[in-house]
Amino acid sequence: MRTFPGKTAALALVAAAISLSGAPAGAQGQKLLHEEKSLYRNIRVLEEDGQRCLMFRARRLVGYQSCIQPNEPDKLVLEYSRMMLAGLYMNAAPPKKVMIIGLGGGVLPRTLQALLPNAKIDVVELDPGVDKVARGWFGFKPGPNMRVVISDGRVFVKRRPKTEAPYDLVLLDAFNEDYIPEHMLTREFLEEVKATMSPNGVIAANTFSGTELYDHESTTYKAVFGAFYTLPRANRIIIARLGGPPSMAEVRANAATWEEAFRKRGASQDNLLPMISTRVDWDEKARIFTDQYSPSNLLNSRKRG
Amino acid sequence: MNRTAVAAFTVAGWSGFYVMLVELLSSRILAPYFGSSIYVWGAIIFIFMLGLAIGYLLGGLYSRHDATLRRLCVLQAASALATLPTVVWGDQVSGWLFDTGMDVRYGSLAACMALFFIPTAFAGMVSPYAVRLVIKDRETSGRTAGYLYFVSTLGSSAGTLLTSFYFVLWWDVNHIFAGAIAVSLALCAAVALTVGGKRSEIA
Repeated sequence: MRTFPGKTAALALVAAAISLSGAPAGAQGQKLLHEEKSLYRNIRVLEEDGQRCLMFRARRLVGYQSCIQPNEPDKLVLEYSRMMLAGLYMNAAPPKKVMIIGLGGGVLPRTLQALLPNAKIDVVELDPGVDKVARGWFGFKPGPNMRVVISDGRVFVKRRPKTEAPYDLVLLDAFNEDYIPEHMLTREFLEEVKATMSPNGVIAANTFSGTELYDHESTTYKAVFGAFYTLPRANRIIIARLGGPPSMAEVRANAATWEEAFRKRGASQDNLLPMISTRVDWDEKARIFTDQYSPSNLLNSRKRG
Repeated sequence: MNRTAVAAFTVAGWSGFYVMLVELLSSRILAPYFGSSIYVWGAIIFIFMLGLAIGYLLGGLYSRHDATLRRLCVLQAASALATLPTVVWGDQVSGWLFDTGMDVRYGSLAACMALFFIPTAFAGMVSPYAVRLVIKDRETSGRTAGYLYFVSTLGSSAGTLLTSFYFVLWWDVNHIFAGAIAVSLALCAAVALTVGGKRSEIA
């Protein structure tokens, strides 16, 4: 009876979501150091040209989630991770409370822990396997001010007690090009995040460019946070501040205070400041994503015309 | 094929379509509260399988007494109407269960039970009931049942694909629900009004 279609169709969905097993890694010069099947995906640790990278994808050997240089572990190898740090340029006072959604190899949490030794940092990661690999292979070591919570990002945000101190900085890094958790790219979700933030709180989100998603994502952020800065590259970083973006003069002044610490990590205002843009290059009429309408993965598979 | 059979097959095919449409959309209702992790899918599939299983059981039992096309239509209409509270209160029910602070696995299971068990069970009743209506004799009973599963399951696959590939891209979740409920009611009304009183092929 209909047991069949129900079971097979739904199981196929789950199967597709959790196992992209297949081709072994082993392109030229790449060395597979570690591989494990987590609840959600295949996690691979690869080494190539002195860089160690975390990868989720099985068949295509690009799309690193996180990379480190083991002989220089503080250096931010991937451009997007340096761009995310521009979130610190938005306020003069360093954040006292931070939330990072999406652990990856733990590079951003580790960096913020070092840059903000007194800040309380909550890291939310869905996949316990990713946490394990970050600790085992990427030198991720949460200090006493850091809390790692294994949870769905949205569930964590919803469940967070209102009595806790608000976040001065939120880094949203839960997406990759293969799969977007669609419930974390809706107006309702961003409103929930906004409600956890302090009055001048900043959100930096690692997002997409090059597909139709771009327009919808932009209008959705705009609807919740108003005008924002972007750093458009292969990844696009959206940086919004509650109460409106600071002037570029303020941004430059704040950037100077971080320069020394950033340089040790391979980032610099010389690169970051010129990237910061307010240009609106998306279709402002694109439909806003809501809990009712959120086909982000479908739209992300369509090249932007 | 006579009109009774055409009508029974159509309702069974649509019922298959409808169940999978609802199953895929159910994840959209639960995700804001419980995420879209493997356990949420586990809860969804568990409840839909359970609902269908109970539905098959009850549908088979119900078919023993005076089976008519009109009653078949009532079953599918009941499944559709039982989805209405989900559309109206799905968010509140999920929110309320979430606020109890229970483990997200059991929260999603409870939400799924509250919202989707009854519509699924009614939909599950359709297939065995339709079998009763279309079977002519013992000789062809297996073949006829095979045709019916074929149509109903084909409906399920179509409902799965169209919902996940296209409907969610075109419309709001609640609009898709409303459309599917409207189609169910229109189909059932049409069948009930035209050939509704027809009894099964064999007395």
